[in-house]
Amino acid sequence: MEELKVQPIKEGTVIDHIASGTALKVLSILGLSKSPTATVSLLMNVPSKKYGKKDIVKIEARELKPKEVDKIALIAPNATINIIRNYKVKDKYKVKLSEIIIGIVRCSNPSCISNLREPVESKFSVISRKPLKLRCYYCERELTDIIENIVI
Amino acid sequence: MSSLKGKDVISIKDFSKSDIKEILRVAKRMLPIASGERKDDSLEGKILATLFFEPSTRTRLSFECAMKRLGGSVIGFTEPTSASIAKGETLADTIKVAEAYSDIIVLRHPNEGSARLASEFSSKPIINAGDGAGQHPTQTLLDLFTIKEEFGKIENKNVILLGDLKYGRTVHSLAYALAVFRVNLTFVAPQQLQMPTEIISGLKDEFGIDAYQTISLEEVIPQADVLYVTRIQKERFPDPAEYAKVAGTYKIDLEALKKVKEDLIIMHPLPRVDEIAPEVDCTKHAVYFKQASYGVPVRMAVLSLVL
Ligand SMILES: [Zn+2]
Repeated sequence: MEELKVQPIKEGTVIDHIASGTALKVLSILGLSKSPTATVSLLMNVPSKKYGKKDIVKIEARELKPKEVDKIALIAPNATINIIRNYKVKDKYKVKLSEIIIGIVRCSNPSCISNLREPVESKFSVISRKPLKLRCYYCERELTDIIENIVI
Repeated sequence: MSSLKGKDVISIKDFSKSDIKEILRVAKRMLPIASGERKDDSLEGKILATLFFEPSTRTRLSFECAMKRLGGSVIGFTEPTSASIAKGETLADTIKVAEAYSDIIVLRHPNEGSARLASEFSSKPIINAGDGAGQHPTQTLLDLFTIKEEFGKIENKNVILLGDLKYGRTVHSLAYALAVFRVNLTFVAPQQLQMPTEIISGLKDEFGIDAYQTISLEEVIPQADVLYVTRIQKERFPDPAEYAKVAGTYKIDLEALKKVKEDLIIMHPLPRVDEIAPEVDCTKHAVYFKQASYGVPVRMAVLSLVL
């Protein structure tokens, strides 16, 4: 069976093992869905031995920054990042969610001080990984909609 | 030296059981000083800054009184319109200025998390005197102190929390603090104002406490040692008729107290509206005014331990 239906890329990043149906969100939080120049291939619902079905995102000529990888970890905790150079996988690692999430999501509590004009970044601690639950360091409330509140 | 020296007082969850016990112990010692019977000037030369971004006269006065009873002095403001905040200064900047002028800062602010933020910008201790719908740890401490004073201990008492358990976050902190002392918790509230499930499961996971939930006060009041009453706010109800029905259900009057334990105590954070009938005030069960008066010794204890 033909596993990948698109051309391999020369340089860039392949984000593999994204839960099926989540690839568009990954594009969105990376700001790629609106980028006029990025060359991006999207594979949705491809067969996967591990998960049944998965999504894959290939981004040409771009390597992800650590903060971008952290964002992916929030919405696709099983994703694998493959760094491609000259058609070869130069580096491959699983995304890893840190204990403290800084500046990536905003607090869903509108009257939280971190949402006001103060010189601080948002800060959350991970209180549960499965399902993913974050608690605001400032107002101590649990974040209700993580994906909606990711800062793009 | 106390382990509390230099510590911020932001959320009751920052304190271990032994921290809390130490505060209650010192508060007891403060009683005669709080009443003016004995003099103490251990905080002479120290300055407390009270930054009240919203009015709360009761809380502010008890902090000022506590500081002055210990020989310290107080600076601060209660009218944010006259302060630089009105000009758009950040809380972080206000705190940095107040830090330079004082030894300890008491903050009351309408936004949740503001005390935590303040603590990041101040090397001097911050005491949270209420941040929006957030924490108010010294209220929780004085609630604990009241139970301790009345019974000699907190452990294993049957405590009912009654009223708006959904939105009242001070009740959430109190539930947590009571769980630290392994009390038997009963939550009585109308269906739409029950304790949030994450609090219930938190008490279970963290302390193994199975709180009992009901809408019927009648069913549980005979076993209670403590009845902690909170106000049900009208504005939580879309239909005024619904509110009237619910508010009436939990009216604490002599009739409601017919089948209670001899030594049941009734607490309320005050101000009350009509959830406790005035006729209850002269029964031996009513301790809410005494509870309010404990605000001073408890805050004295916090100030003297932290400074
Ligand atoms: Zn928050």
